[in-house]
Amino acid sequence: MSVNAKDSVGIVTPAKFHHPQTFTLQNGDELQGFELVYETYGELNATATNAVLVCHALSGHHHAAGYHADTDSKPGWWDNCIGPGKAMDTNKLFIVSVNNLGGCHGSTGPESVDPATREAFGAEFPQVVVKDWVASQALLADHLNIKHFLAVIGGSLGGMQALQWSIDFPDRVRHVVLIATAPKLTAQNIAFNEIARQAITSDPEYRKGRYRLENTNPDHGLMLARMIGHVTYLSDDGMAARFGRELKSGDIDKDEDVEFQVESYLHHQGRAFTQRFDANTYLLMTRALDYFDPARDTNDNLVATLRNTRARFLVMSFSSDWRFSPERSKEIVDALIAAGKDVAATVIESEHGHDSFLLPISRYTEALSAYLNHAVMHTAEPER
Amino acid sequence: MRPDLELVAKLIQPNSRVLDLGCGAGDLLQHLQQQKSVIGYGLDKDAENIQLCLSRGVNVIEQDLDGGLGNFQDDAFDMVIMTDTIQAVHQPQLLLREMLRVGRECVVTFPNFGHWRCRLNLAATGRMPVSKHLPHRWYDTPNIHLCTFNDFEALCAELKMAILQRRVVDQRHNEHSLINLAPNLLGSYGFYHLGRTP
Repeated sequence: MSVNAKDSVGIVTPAKFHHPQTFTLQNGDELQGFELVYETYGELNATATNAVLVCHALSGHHHAAGYHADTDSKPGWWDNCIGPGKAMDTNKLFIVSVNNLGGCHGSTGPESVDPATREAFGAEFPQVVVKDWVASQALLADHLNIKHFLAVIGGSLGGMQALQWSIDFPDRVRHVVLIATAPKLTAQNIAFNEIARQAITSDPEYRKGRYRLENTNPDHGLMLARMIGHVTYLSDDGMAARFGRELKSGDIDKDEDVEFQVESYLHHQGRAFTQRFDANTYLLMTRALDYFDPARDTNDNLVATLRNTRARFLVMSFSSDWRFSPERSKEIVDALIAAGKDVAATVIESEHGHDSFLLPISRYTEALSAYLNHAVMHTAEPER
Repeated sequence: MRPDLELVAKLIQPNSRVLDLGCGAGDLLQHLQQQKSVIGYGLDKDAENIQLCLSRGVNVIEQDLDGGLGNFQDDAFDMVIMTDTIQAVHQPQLLLREMLRVGRECVVTFPNFGHWRCRLNLAATGRMPVSKHLPHRWYDTPNIHLCTFNDFEALCAELKMAILQRRVVDQRHNEHSLINLAPNLLGSYGFYHLGRTP
């Protein structure tokens, strides 16, 4: 992978969308305008029928493909799938990738200044939910003159946004691709999020969310939160294959302090995360995950919730993913079938757990590619 | 399209809801989607087939038929189709019952193990027959539940299913009146349209 690779979108520059009007959130709170940072890859065609929205997951952001500079060591988080000739083919598609409201990579969020108090929102930033994200993304689409998206695509929490798009804007999305996601979290899943949140808020440096103002950071709590999350994104078999019981340092037989490879890996992942992620955003995003439950408005009847959708769906899951297991995807598929909607579904064999959706697994990328190719070739097909 | 699939397609009403068990590369469903505007879904477990379906815009669902159809509601479909697949499932009798639970009617097609060539082959060589419709050898065949037309009809009676229509073709997928003199001997491929008994 490199900036000059034929299948790379190369150097990309983020853009900013400023929404000046008051934006009312689902919980009734108001934002006095907001900014969304986003990137685009490929060209919007003359009829604006080739736009694809990519929604990011818990720790993601707008930088999904390409490089910000020649010196970047790694490309965007979904570079495996986005580029010329890749599954999301930028020769054919115009891809929009946005950092969600409440994020910590340039969009309005806890690190932004609250115009009312003139200091950073911190923990006072209002709780945004998936529905708010979708509403703000729709305003960005208006700004970009995109009347409807050919597809809205996301994995995990990103898949929840894509599903919400089909429900809230049935006429503005032709295809919805749901990857390693769920119609709502289980108790076990919420429990993992709560442990992560407790790790952060019980760190003395959290300072009730005012850590920025007090020139500190809950590094330790954020690191623990990431370590817990990370374990749930991998699978037992995958970890065994990658780390086994290999030691990084020390010798058990000589009664020395030892560090297993897996420990070293988790420490590194946790520490690196504190450099690139804001604790208040992490709290906010995990709550948005927990609260997502679109069927709640229809007495927990997902079929009824999906009845007014008009998109075609592709639902993909991974065999070893236990955080968002194939069974959870199946719930969405079965409900879509019961509602009489067009849906295709695959379960991709993989040992990499939930993280699979970010990896270059050939059957996965080929399936996505085949589906999108058909979609882009039949943009003019009449709707049901 | 395979001749047996054309026979099936003729039975499908426009705009109806269809489930195709073991849909393969999606030939039948694509035809039905384009020609009859059906809302159709195909189940398959083969990665190559699924990939082909996706590239053609067919609603394919990766699902193993041996896991049953418990995820579908009663009467969810107008027609449930299973072509050339029943001989490869673990519990044909349970699956048939499920087909007529989730669908009001169903169509089943399968090769006739009672065809005279099979019988002659077995009688003459003393070994399991290998033919155009049944090209596998006994140890590598996916066809673990082969049956004759008579066997199948006996099972339908046992399960109290109504045979609404039966059509029998020869090896070249042609229908002719001669076959109907002794279908279980002369027919190589059977096509059954089944319904619930009142």
